[in-house]
Amino acid sequence: MDELIIAGRSFKSRLMVGTGKFASNEAMVAAMEGSGSEIVTVALRRVDVDNPQDSMLKHIDPERYLLLPNTSGARDAEEAIRLARIARAAGCEPWVKLEVTPDPYYLLPDPIETLKAAEVLVKEGFIVLPYINADPVLAKHLQEAGTATVMPLGAPIGTNKGLRTRDNIAIIIEQATVPVVVDAGLGAPSHAAEAMEMGADAVLVNTALAVARDPGAMGVAFKKGVEAGREAYLAGLGKQQDKAEASSPLTGFLRE
Amino acid sequence: MEVTFNGRAHELTAGTSIQELLDQLRLDCLQVVVEHNHNIITRQRLAETTLNDGDTLEVIHFVGGG
Repeated sequence: MDELIIAGRSFKSRLMVGTGKFASNEAMVAAMEGSGSEIVTVALRRVDVDNPQDSMLKHIDPERYLLLPNTSGARDAEEAIRLARIARAAGCEPWVKLEVTPDPYYLLPDPIETLKAAEVLVKEGFIVLPYINADPVLAKHLQEAGTATVMPLGAPIGTNKGLRTRDNIAIIIEQATVPVVVDAGLGAPSHAAEAMEMGADAVLVNTALAVARDPGAMGVAFKKGVEAGREAYLAGLGKQQDKAEASSPLTGFLRE
Repeated sequence: MEVTFNGRAHELTAGTSIQELLDQLRLDCLQVVVEHNHNIITRQRLAETTLNDGDTLEVIHFVGGG
């Protein structure tokens, strides 16, 4: 498959995976390995001294995966900027998946606060991958602000509903000057394939892997879905039309 | 004296450094990031930064997330 290039860095895989909600670190690692991903997202939270846990980072090989910290939990630009700075202080490369989700029910991203935070973080030298609703105008504003990608949602986080925002994602892809990563809501490999067939540059998947009976096998299934979708996009899909068009010759029938 | 540690009151001896507090709580400084009164404290400065009554500390680490 052709390489994905984000902020000058190339990746063989076009599938990014999240590390949340897995039943165990072993299941998380199985999903990461099965998926062939090279970019994995992580979140930042307060340490719980009453319930000390083994660091999940010990299970992620930094030679193999680029750690992409997210700013999940941020309700406004200020909180998101603070989380991004904390991630950088932790020794991460300055990549950040910018998420500002003030609404706890649908976890939809706040476009105004996201744009504000993106402008600040880009100036501070961060490589910013913003999670957004599938809004083509916002996507343009963000790429003009210097974000490294745009990450429109297919459906709200964790819903497994697939590409409910398909038409707007198509417009975003058409207008994009940065890679388009479809994030959130992709529940099946066919959803991932559909996004890739449309010309998305990559997808990010978490819940579908974490809740699978076999996360490792689901990682493999998504890898195949993403690869099939990308290859089909590059090969050139036929146009949809209403009338039938015979695949077999319309001459030489066994009749007068 | 008392500091606020991750949103909760925490008693400790006056003059304790952040590094000493992390050691008492068995937290590995390589696995956490510390904000002291809303300023990030780099690892090199954890031992030299002492805590005062009323200070706020946030100790953050990575967890799984999407």
